[in-house]
Order: sequence, then C-alpha cells, then structure tokens
Amino acid sequence: MANIEVGGNSYETDEEGYLVNLSDWNSDIANYIAGTENIEMNDQHWEVINFLREYFEEYQIAPAVRVLTKAIGKKLGADKGNSEYLYGLFPYGPGKQACKIAGLPKPTGCV
Amino acid sequence: MLHIVNKSPLTSVTLESCLNTATGGDVLLIEDAVYAATRGSAAEAKLQSAMGRFKIHVLMPDLEARGLGDRLAEGVTPVDYSGFVELTVSNKTSQSWL
Amino acid sequence: MSDTKKFMFVNRKAPYGTIYALESLEVVLITAAFDQDVSLVFMDDGVYQLKKGQQTKGIETKNFSPAYRALEGYDIEKLYVEQEALEARGLSEDDLLVDVTVLSRAEMGALMDEQDVVLSF
Repeated sequence: MANIEVGGNSYETDEEGYLVNLSDWNSDIANYIAGTENIEMNDQHWEVINFLREYFEEYQIAPAVRVLTKAIGKKLGADKGNSEYLYGLFPYGPGKQACKIAGLPKPTGCV
Repeated sequence: MLHIVNKSPLTSVTLESCLNTATGGDVLLIEDAVYAATRGSAAEAKLQSAMGRFKIHVLMPDLEARGLGDRLAEGVTPVDYSGFVELTVSNKTSQSWL
Repeated sequence: MSDTKKFMFVNRKAPYGTIYALESLEVVLITAAFDQDVSLVFMDDGVYQLKKGQQTKGIETKNFSPAYRALEGYDIEKLYVEQEALEARGLSEDDLLVDVTVLSRAEMGALMDEQDVVLSF
C-alpha cells in the first residue's frame, strides 16, 4: 500500500499506483497519476479515460486491451480503435496505463 | 471421458448431476465421494443403476482412510494411485466435478 | 486455425456463497485472450449466477454479474443453461441477464463429449 497526495488530500493506492478506492477518483487525481506516468492529458486522452470509466460503470470490469480497442473503434471510429492510436496516447499500454489514470483496477489477465 | 467426483453423495448433488448429465465413460470416486461406493449407503442404488452407462472406479486409499475398505459396493472397480493415473491417460479428456 | 481447442467451463455454484463463480469468470476472461473456442455452461446452482437484478450492497460484496454482459465483447458467445436446473429453481430464460441457449441435460452431456478441455467450477 502507498499513498498519493493530491490537492491537499491523501489517497490510498496499491504498490503499483492503482487507486484502492474507486470512488476516490476525480480529474485532479487523473492528472496527477498521468503526470507520474509522464503523460500530459489532452482531449484525446480524456476521451479514452471517459470511455473506460463508462465501460467499467456498465460491466464492473476493466476491459482487456483487445476488447477496449474493438469497443473504442465501434464508438469513436476506426481511426481511434487501433493499437497504434491507443499506444500513441498511452505508450506503456492502454489497458495498464489508461486504467490507472481512470482510477480503475488493472484489467483482468493483464500482467 | 473420465469424470472425477470428490463430494459425498449425501451432502451434495454433484455425483447425481454427473451421472445424469454425462453420456457415459469412466467415473472415478475420490475423497468424500467414495462413500457412494459403500454397501448400504443411500447412494448405492443410484450408482448401481448407472453402471450400464458408466464404469465406476473408486480410489481405495480414500476408502480405506475412512474405515470402509471392506465395504466396497458390488460392481465398483477399486483403483490405487497408479490406477488413477492410468485412467487420466486412457481418457482423452477428464472433468473434475467440483 | 488448426490449434484451436474447444474449452468448456462448467459452472455449478451459486455466486456469493463461495468464490467459485467469480474465479471461473476471471479465468474465462483471461482465456478469451487466447482465441480458443470457449463455451460456458451453467447448471445446478450455477444458473443463479445469471439471475437478473443482483443487488450486493447489503452484503458489501462486489456485484460481478454485469461482467457476464461484457462476454460478448470478449467474443465469448456460447452460453448454455440447463433447462432442468432452471425449472428446479423456478426460473426461466426471462430471468437471466444475458442471452443464452437453453439445453436439456441430455444435450448438455452430448456437448461435453465434443470438448477438448472441460474445466469445472
């Protein structure tokens, strides 16, 4: 267990930096975690993060990368539903990195 | 196909589900499922009536451990651990009913 | 693909009393990454896993039932439910939260015989 300090508040994370309490999440925390991953959030990042949060809200799981890619393609168009685009935004993996920023657990089966 | 059952027939429907669902093949009773293969048990009749479709085996070390080594029901084949291994080898697939 | 195997996951336990249902679901989601021919079977108390309207707030446990609706996105579309198990529990197909194929016990047995790997939970 570890803690991150954002806006004067302390939030619990696991040893890999994923938020422990999903309900803690807010956009300041997202920006903070993105910073620790060397990502500067722009609208394209946010589009994916918001998509992930909606997906989690509906299914209660973080999608595998392959599933995320396909679902994004369906919703946001084929130009975004591909690995090149998503890895461009999240170089260390759209599953792993984007889920962390979105305040979700690590996708099942993701090592 | 080899069906492995490990639950007592008196507390769980696992053996019944196995016998009612599977189309045939080998059934191996291990752990608490060995109680089904004892003379006078309430499950004995069920086992007997399934013998047309299944070959029923029981893991003797488990039966002996429970003090029932001398009460093996009619028509059930006793196996030891190497017999267990042979059954898993001779069947293309195994299913452990939990 | 020639190295595709037929995997069947047999779910026979109710969702919250034991960890089996959740464990099975996690294994299924992981298996989906390997592009195999996956079937999910729900029989005995396993049919309760798919019951609509699960509300777990009161038991402070994660409600994982919405994840069954995500399976389609994982290309897992073969869900089979045993007719006799539904009937014994006063349930019908309309009570389930995903589209399934209802099979008789005998049909289920025949389907089992076609598999390369059967994993029971």
